[in-house]
Amino acid sequence: MNASPLPLLGAFALPWLAALALFALPNERRNAAAAIAGGAALLAVVLLATLGPAVFAGAVPRVSWPWLPLADADFGLRADGLAWTFAMLVTGIGALVVLYARYYLSDSDPMARFYAFFMVFMGAMLGVVLADNLLLLVAFWELTSISSFLLIGYWQGRADARQGARLSLTITALGGLALFAGVLLLGEIVGSFSLDAVLAAGETVRAHRWYAPALLLILLGAFAKSAQFPLHFWLPQAMAAPTPVSAYLHSATLVKAGVFLIARLHPTLAGSELWFYVVSLTGLATLAVGAYVAVFQHDLKGLLAYSTISHLGLITLLFGLSTPLATVAGVFHILNHATFKASLFMAAGIIDHEAGSRDMRLLNGLWKYMPVTAVLAIIASSAMAGVPLLNGFLSKEMFFAETLGLDAHPILAIAIPLLATVAAAFSVAYSVRFIHDVFWNGEPKGLPRRPHEPPFWMLVPVGALALLCLLVGILPAITIGSLLALAATPVVGGTLPEYSLAIWHGFNLPLLMSVIALGVGTVFYLMLQRLFRLHDLIHLPRGGREVFDLAVSAAVRGARALTEALVNGSLQRSVFLITLGSLLVAGWMVFGSGRPDHVGRVMPLAAHPLAWALWLIALVALAALLTRHRERLEALVYLGVIGLVVSLTFGGLSAPDLLLTQLLVEVASILLLLLALHFLPLQSARTDAPRRRWRDAAVALGAGVGVSAIVHAVLSRPKPDSLAPWFLENAVPGAFGTNAVNVILVDFRGLDTLGEITVLGLAAVIVAALLPRARGLPEVEPGGDRSLMLELTSRAMLPLVSLVAIWFFLRGHNLPGGGFIGGLVLAIGLLLPYLGSGTAWVERRSLPSFEAWIGWGLACATVTGLVSLALGYPFLTSTYFAPVLPVVDKVSIASAMFFDLGVFLTVAGAAMLALTRLGRLSGPEPGAEAR
Amino acid sequence: MEVLLATGIGALTAAGIYLALRSRTFELVLGLTLISYAVNLFIFAMGRPVTGRAPILRDGLPPTLANYADPLPQALVLTAIVISFAMTAVLIVISLKLRAASGGDHVDGADGKRAGEDP
Repeated sequence: MNASPLPLLGAFALPWLAALALFALPNERRNAAAAIAGGAALLAVVLLATLGPAVFAGAVPRVSWPWLPLADADFGLRADGLAWTFAMLVTGIGALVVLYARYYLSDSDPMARFYAFFMVFMGAMLGVVLADNLLLLVAFWELTSISSFLLIGYWQGRADARQGARLSLTITALGGLALFAGVLLLGEIVGSFSLDAVLAAGETVRAHRWYAPALLLILLGAFAKSAQFPLHFWLPQAMAAPTPVSAYLHSATLVKAGVFLIARLHPTLAGSELWFYVVSLTGLATLAVGAYVAVFQHDLKGLLAYSTISHLGLITLLFGLSTPLATVAGVFHILNHATFKASLFMAAGIIDHEAGSRDMRLLNGLWKYMPVTAVLAIIASSAMAGVPLLNGFLSKEMFFAETLGLDAHPILAIAIPLLATVAAAFSVAYSVRFIHDVFWNGEPKGLPRRPHEPPFWMLVPVGALALLCLLVGILPAITIGSLLALAATPVVGGTLPEYSLAIWHGFNLPLLMSVIALGVGTVFYLMLQRLFRLHDLIHLPRGGREVFDLAVSAAVRGARALTEALVNGSLQRSVFLITLGSLLVAGWMVFGSGRPDHVGRVMPLAAHPLAWALWLIALVALAALLTRHRERLEALVYLGVIGLVVSLTFGGLSAPDLLLTQLLVEVASILLLLLALHFLPLQSARTDAPRRRWRDAAVALGAGVGVSAIVHAVLSRPKPDSLAPWFLENAVPGAFGTNAVNVILVDFRGLDTLGEITVLGLAAVIVAALLPRARGLPEVEPGGDRSLMLELTSRAMLPLVSLVAIWFFLRGHNLPGGGFIGGLVLAIGLLLPYLGSGTAWVERRSLPSFEAWIGWGLACATVTGLVSLALGYPFLTSTYFAPVLPVVDKVSIASAMFFDLGVFLTVAGAAMLALTRLGRLSGPEPGAEAR
Repeated sequence: MEVLLATGIGALTAAGIYLALRSRTFELVLGLTLISYAVNLFIFAMGRPVTGRAPILRDGLPPTLANYADPLPQALVLTAIVISFAMTAVLIVISLKLRAASGGDHVDGADGKRAGEDP
């Protein structure tokens, strides 16, 4: 039978759409915010309910579309019985909490933001329960961690809220990381991340050698989320959240995600010794510790928090026992706990809200002031204690029955039922405490206000849930029977066991355990009150929180010490360590892999005598630079020589474009450095000790030898296949240009070039922005006379140089040249008058705004790309036309030329901006000094 | 040719690193300039050195690697050269600003007093 997927998609999408709307809504629109959130949640409930008949009939509504084809994972939703039941729980209790929160939050709380976070969380939670593959599940899992962080820290002004939020994020996100690793392993074992495949592959998974690590990692994630001992300590800290958040996160959703995952993967992972021991012992420990600690909490929400931990432990223990009946009981208790715990949290919130405190040592005798709240709280906490006629009693009976007669180690077979009874007694004790302390036990002590009943609509959600507790407790077979069967079937992974949902099963051992627990628990509470004066206990039992804090501060201290050891503020030290590190890594890679086979067998290219000469010149210039670098003007001469040799090397080795570019950049760089020397000492001070210089020389030499070896090793081997032939073949047919280098720049890799000229423009703007702040530098006195010759020729040269620049630009697509080269030529041409006549002379004339050039250049390049996009081609697709112009005759123009024009303008603008700004700093006559 | 190229690039690297390890901003700029020469030549050399085969397509000469040099490293290096110029400009401005702020031209500012001398 097929079900329409639309309701499923709608129910999933609604919270997200609501969140979007809420983010746009002003915080003052309190009722509108509540209406949007509540409407979305309610509508989601309704949409899910329309799927109900199909789901109950055994169909699995699905919807999916491609997401990660390489990982074989679709973005798909899948609502089988378990997922559907959980989705109903998430949206249904969500709708009630939305109503409750509207009255709980005060006028000063930003309402729309609260509901926006709330809806994001609800959407993420729906994603977790409905995801049809494990990768998607993990993604939503992380989203629940993040959105719950935002919800717990909602009162950002409070330190405890921030700390609680951070702690919960740290623990659950670390757990999420483990889960991710485990899921990757599991997907690798199964060969697919699809839930259907994973659920069907139980035998394979359990027999695989990666079963243990995958299981432990996944369980770690689930335990962290479900606050299992010893990772439970984040949950009490999360009580700093607004109570509606606690009511939602800690009853039906966040912490249930962990047990949901255990249930979800139960058919695949359960059925081994490892599963039994790890899951049931963790659950047992959590059950006992949580229940014991809860008794001693003075804070209402603290009590409920530890009680939640304890009940989550109970559910985990049931799944650990893993018999079909225990599994059913686990699912049953998930549902029951969600109802009574959500209503209890909301009741605690009402008490806090209307009495002004959550401290049970102050809150006494409230029965007189808020009887309705009291009745509802008593119903819910009786369910928590497992009193007959309430839903908690039923699942607890099933639990007791399952702890008996275990087929396990004799010690465990006795210890588990024993501890279960003891924990149940504690659970009775804290439930009795909750009721007796708050509603009786004398009069209120020093409350900030006179307690009273809350607004009617605040009681409605509590009442609805309390009613559910009663209905399920009294008429289980009618109310919950079929739903439980529906939800439990996928968890059991086959046919359901025989069980009967009835209140009375006759006198049996589980009933005896219940009676003992009720009796002992009540007596225990009274004893604590009488004999030990429970309210005077100050040292509450503590746990992992301290260990966690120690670990965090140790990690911070360690990181700081490591950073200070490596980076102490000395640039030289950092550069040295980086170089040494690179050397060690490279050396390890080469020598660690056995004997390096250094020289290949390609016939070497014979070196022209001119090449030898250039090589020699370069080495001599380098030697001169290294020995004379303290004389800075002299050093610039050597640098220029080296740059020239580099350009000629490009030229000699078939790269005319690079020859031109390097030459022009060389000129511009030397000019920049000359300008900079106005403000820097002309000689370097001698501060480095000889020992340090030798050390640096050794490291530098090592790096040089290493680089030489790498280059030689590569060059003496044959050239592997590359993209080069493709570019050569397609230059003319694809991009209408014969200069393959230019074609790559402006066409094939045009997007890269666009990025590069953007960087260039940014760098120039940085220069322009930083320089004004460098004013007031000690300046070298201008000396010497201005050269009349230079002054006059530089002015005459400007038009000529501009022409050359345009010529280089125009021919660039087919011959050496192009936007980069043309732009640099133009910049140097424009600079000549600065050098010859001085800044003042130039600035009296109209100076173009070079910032604007950069802007126009980038715009031109981008628009060229957008035009092809607008015409329906990919960004920056090229076309070609050849108009016949007067005078210059036929010109072939590829559309890439407009892109290149953008490059041209940006390069010229950026170079000029940097050079002129630096020149303008240097006072009236920069040109004369620079010579 | 390969040996010349390899040793040349190595010498540029060594000299560049040595200068980059000095304590004055001017030497740092010199060193980084040399290192960028070395890196550009390195990338360029990965396309294999050939003479007289500029990647400017000519009629009648089939567009294969036998007739033309590899254009891809050339395109990469061309933009790298221009970007390294921009970085030189930024570096110079930062060193000027450092001078204005600290009065000295030590890379750590104020003649390395803040950082202390590294043994």
